Amino acid sequence: MPQTTVQPDQTSVDLESLTADVVAQAIKAGASDAEAVAREGDEFSVTVRMGQVETLKDSGSRGLGLRVFVGKRSASASTSDLTPQGIRQLVEGAMALARVTEEDPFTGLPEAAEFGAVQGDLHLYYDDVYSLPGPERIEWARRAEAAALAVDPRLTNSDGGSFDAATGRMVLVNSRGFAGGYRTSYAGVSAAPLAVDANGQMQRDGWWSSARRLADVESPESVGQEAARRTLRRLGARRVPTQQVPIVFAPEVARSLIGSLFEAVSGDAIWRSASFLASRLGQQIAAPALTIVDDNTLLLPTGAGGFGTSPFDGEGLPSQRTVVIENGVLCSYLLNTYTARKLGLKSTHNASRGLAGTPGVGCGNLYLQPGTLAPHAILAAIPAGLYVTSLMGFGVNVVTGDYSRGATGLWIENGQLTHAVEEVTIAGNLAEMLRNVTAIGNDLVFRTSVAAPTLRIDGMTIAGS
Amino acid sequence: MTHADSSPVADHKRFFFDKFGITERLLERCLGEALSAGGDYADLYFESVMATSLGVDEQIVKSASQGTSAGCGIRVLSGERTGYAYTDNLSPERLLHAARTAALIASGPAKQPVQGFIETPSAELYPVPLGGYDLDLAARLELILRADRAARAFDARIVQVRAGYSEELRRILVAASDGSFASDTRPLCRLNVYVIAKEGEVTTKGAAGGGGRAGLDQFTGSKSPESLAREAARGAILQLGAVPAPAGEMQVVLGPGWPGILLHEAVGHGLEADFNRKKTSAFAGLIGQPVASPKVTVVDNGTMAGRRGSLNVDDEGSATQETVLIENGVLKGYLSDKLSARLMGMANTGSGRRENYQAIPMPRMTNTYMLAGDDSPEDILRSVKRGLYAVNFGGGQVDITNGKFVFSASEAYLIEDGKITAPVRDATLIGNGPEALKYVSMVGNDLKLDEGIGTCGKDGQSVPVGVGMPTVKLDRMTVGGTGR
Repeated sequence: MPQTTVQPDQTSVDLESLTADVVAQAIKAGASDAEAVAREGDEFSVTVRMGQVETLKDSGSRGLGLRVFVGKRSASASTSDLTPQGIRQLVEGAMALARVTEEDPFTGLPEAAEFGAVQGDLHLYYDDVYSLPGPERIEWARRAEAAALAVDPRLTNSDGGSFDAATGRMVLVNSRGFAGGYRTSYAGVSAAPLAVDANGQMQRDGWWSSARRLADVESPESVGQEAARRTLRRLGARRVPTQQVPIVFAPEVARSLIGSLFEAVSGDAIWRSASFLASRLGQQIAAPALTIVDDNTLLLPTGAGGFGTSPFDGEGLPSQRTVVIENGVLCSYLLNTYTARKLGLKSTHNASRGLAGTPGVGCGNLYLQPGTLAPHAILAAIPAGLYVTSLMGFGVNVVTGDYSRGATGLWIENGQLTHAVEEVTIAGNLAEMLRNVTAIGNDLVFRTSVAAPTLRIDGMTIAGS
Repeated sequence: MTHADSSPVADHKRFFFDKFGITERLLERCLGEALSAGGDYADLYFESVMATSLGVDEQIVKSASQGTSAGCGIRVLSGERTGYAYTDNLSPERLLHAARTAALIASGPAKQPVQGFIETPSAELYPVPLGGYDLDLAARLELILRADRAARAFDARIVQVRAGYSEELRRILVAASDGSFASDTRPLCRLNVYVIAKEGEVTTKGAAGGGGRAGLDQFTGSKSPESLAREAARGAILQLGAVPAPAGEMQVVLGPGWPGILLHEAVGHGLEADFNRKKTSAFAGLIGQPVASPKVTVVDNGTMAGRRGSLNVDDEGSATQETVLIENGVLKGYLSDKLSARLMGMANTGSGRRENYQAIPMPRMTNTYMLAGDDSPEDILRSVKRGLYAVNFGGGQVDITNGKFVFSASEAYLIEDGKITAPVRDATLIGNGPEALKYVSMVGNDLKLDEGIGTCGKDGQSVPVGVGMPTVKLDRMTVGGTGR
């Protein structure tokens, strides 16, 4: 086994003083306000396929972004060149671009009084993610794949097992007095086995576990076994006829519905009327059992911060908890400073910030509150229906709400899961789907920052044979 | 080095040599370090990108941004193994450190890279603009302002217009332990228009875009700001009166151009050599077998001047080419990079691509299209009793293992008794890759390539691609609507 050591490609640059200096240079160059963001990160990943190391990657990078305001004009620039010359070009470039933009009365940094950060440790960073020695990391990837392939002789091929670790740091400084930064960490293990049935039909599925702390990552064996179970249950998949039946979304696909809903309540879509939920604030838009919350301060049961947790948002406003839908009533959009101003509302502290460009709207830990039903109880009530385990394609139009996606899953008959189903679509309209949520599971788990329990939705159309 | 100093390649190379102090000696040292633990092959990929984007929104030039990045990715291959490390600091120390990190994939006695580089002959598929920092911003702003005006003028029901222009200049240099050496300077630009239409309680969207590896003079004709704006506005207005899409299997006619995304999803990905080497593709082992109707011939062509998916050399420094994937319905070949070509004993098709210096190259498509047939588009439509005519699409996706693919129609119409009737709302089409093209019963004489808007994702890496197709009739395909 090769030996590896983690030596992130970082020389000792003080990101705080660097960003503060960039802001000062921009002000000196004529900006009325400026905001700088610096990010650095390193990543390690290894994949093992059919027992052999396939790829091994170990690296790091840094970047710096600057947003400048000249009155009500703004522009931005980013660079990976942190030398004095690179920074000079960054400032000059942003200032030159600010001269070609036009006045936008709604642009600008938040007011000084709004800035802040959640106090206390949000448990976003654990140094154990890099604690495994190199050969041990490869071993984790190998174990995940081996555990998957050992489950059943029909599992004869693999897209591999993997182990990943990453750490990152971001610093945000602006000319109105905000300065903050935080570190994050990540570790994960995955497996993706392939199975072949007697007819030569191949299927692949996978599973993964990830966490901010290595100690919270599930064992490679349990990940591999779950991946195997998911691949095997796809075997024998067939089409079903075109029909309308209840659809049950497994948590990993229910999550994507919440993601679509996020786009529909995001301030940028709302002020443009580019959402089926525009102008619906305060109205009953979903089944009364539906409550959706965005909590950017969430700590998981393990004590670690969620993947969507941060002390402040991309504009330096303190993270908060926002109830988006309560008992089916649309209570709040998700807003950054710009979209809030456009709508005459207050920011919900949901600004997202890349290196370049203006801040967007992002969600933190966005979740649908669990109900009381066990998933098997939801299935038990359905004489005939489709349990969806994966979705394909981009057929979600949040302007009209039209929803049409490729689906894979298992057929429900008399409350039981029977044969696998593939090559069908499920279609409906998000506005109706929200109202037609007829059962909510008790199985909410934060595997990623967006999470939902098992959901039953009625009235959708399956298109198949 | 064996090139003449006056060649364009010399200019590309000099960029990295002059700006970052890279020398031939340093390249050789890094490759030596990369093979210090053995390994079959090593390469260095230098990249420098300069990107600019401008946006008009609500008739205001609201946004302008630029970004610069540079870095080097170092790869070592040992059997089927890949070791990879990258750095955004191009100092000799950091490059050598990255080379040592990538080297750890192998374990054996050091190998010596080939001494002296032999440069890959490079095509000249796109103009290389001078400058980079000193763009004529006014000319670019004019494009988006013209688009904004044209979209607003189209119809009073257009209530929101956003137009964006983005441009990048990507310089690359590849040096490998087998002595291969290549460099390229790649322009890429794109103009996009997004609109929202509103009538009563109904709100719809429309979008259009175009671009390629060419200068501003490409934005004329069907890619003029006015054409793109009208196209976006027309799509949104059309949707105001759309009826639910039908559900179930039916005859489907795909219009020419961008609907070629069908080929990209249904067959293209499944023919990438890495999936077939690992036998994870539904197309594995099907070379020489019929996978489509005899009317179908599909090629991937990276050598088309100015196209979004084209490359003078791929991201491993190999020459790009035209590769026949399906000929008269029979599967002919895969798309390969250096690793898969070596391991499979097949020709390298110059398909090794990567998103950036931080990413490991893999076989990818360039411009993928179906050759024209003999049928007139009118005859094709006339032949359909009841079906769907889909002329514009959003994205698509494929599961390469079971072959199932989807692509989402954003502009489609019912066909009733050979006539185009009502526009329908968005619907996803689904099919099975190795089977879907067997149902092609008519192929139009109107081959068209898309306007230059495609971005393909694989393993988290995005690269620009092109697609194309004539009007095509499929006798059977599943349409994922909600109607009857």
